[in-house]
Amino acid sequence: MAQKLDYLRESASQTAGPYVHIGLAPGAAGFDIYREELGWDIAGPNAKGERIRVEGLVIDGIGSPVKDVLIEVWQANAEGHYAHPEGGGEVEEGFRGWGRVITDFDTGEWGFDTVKPGPVMGRNGRLMAPHLNLWLVSRGINIGLNTRMYFGDETEANAKDPVINLIEWEKRRATLIATREMRDGIPVYRFDIRLQGDDETVFFDI
Amino acid sequence: MREYYQRDRRLHPPALTPDYKTSVARSPRYSMISLQQSASEITGPTFGHNDIDRVDNDLIRNYAKSGDPVGERIIVHGRVLDENARPVPHTLVEIWQANASGRYRHKKDTYLGALDPNFGGCGRTITDAEGRYVFRTIKPGAYPWRNWVNNWRPAHIHVSVFGHSFSQRLITQLYFEGDPLIAKCPIVATIPDQDAIEQLTAKLDLNATVPLDSIAYKFDIVLRGRRSTYFENRPEGN
Repeated sequence: MAQKLDYLRESASQTAGPYVHIGLAPGAAGFDIYREELGWDIAGPNAKGERIRVEGLVIDGIGSPVKDVLIEVWQANAEGHYAHPEGGGEVEEGFRGWGRVITDFDTGEWGFDTVKPGPVMGRNGRLMAPHLNLWLVSRGINIGLNTRMYFGDETEANAKDPVINLIEWEKRRATLIATREMRDGIPVYRFDIRLQGDDETVFFDI
Repeated sequence: MREYYQRDRRLHPPALTPDYKTSVARSPRYSMISLQQSASEITGPTFGHNDIDRVDNDLIRNYAKSGDPVGERIIVHGRVLDENARPVPHTLVEIWQANASGRYRHKKDTYLGALDPNFGGCGRTITDAEGRYVFRTIKPGAYPWRNWVNNWRPAHIHVSVFGHSFSQRLITQLYFEGDPLIAKCPIVATIPDQDAIEQLTAKLDLNATVPLDSIAYKFDIVLRGRRSTYFENRPEGN
């Protein structure tokens, strides 16, 4: 007779729907209600490291931009520490490492300003290349999608990254790497996320 | 490194659910890559009482301009727990919903139902040390939506919970016990497991009502559980 194990079961996910902004970014829905919306300042004023901008589109299976997606960002600081008790070390005052980003309703473009994270200690003492952890929800997405954005100018670190190297299909590894350009003296990383197709972005079961 | 249990995806909707049409072009087709968790997954944003105001969890008051919102006054309360049945304290819970006539205060909502000048439709709170939360609000109305020609969403409240790690992040929906539309809804039906649907159905809780004021529903939210740390020969906390 098997031992009875008294565990609960995780609540099932449901789509965030088209009006996710009401709950998570009401200003975008067209009204002010809170003293402060959350997730608009990822790094804070005291963060060390390189100030960067990240921009992109989320593109659906027929090639159209998804114009109602909400993305959350979770990242380490320039020293590779997360703002969390198990995050590996101290972070600067005001560094949250978390952001909430919405797309433009007309164009689908999204973007945010932050600092470039440092390498993060991974499993078995193997360093992970600098990366942003992303989580996407929208109408038509039944359960939030997790992916990572890596930096195109970190060729050497990316080549050794234990997570990128998990992806057997080498062609797909490129879907996680943002391209870098300079605009008005600020590095801008471009990262388009494709939900379907030959170049579908790699998503992770974490 | 204390990992979170693997997510049991049989309880969750798959990505592609053709009866919910929007999923067709928005569902990834390749298999997800399974990750062993690292600091990137076992950490997540933390929130404090400085982030929110006391009235934020009272949807009857937090947007009122000229009086009370119209509709059935309700209390929604419960606990945020993990799969080990431990409370998840001090975590942010955010909700959003339509008003009593089924209309959202969103510039993209064009439904005929009337907007309510005294109802915003969103609230947020932080769970207490025992993982408890409470909201006061108006029972949302059902509304039609463009999927099949004649689809109606059951009354529902959207619920967003963080937990303590990025891997626990969850958005779900709360439905109300006894609503005949639950069984007809293509979005509810994306969930393949009937018990999992039942778990999203808030139960009438007469003990938590405020007599002659508000009726109450109880809704517990379960996030992923975490393995115990093995300390010498004994699992800590067990």
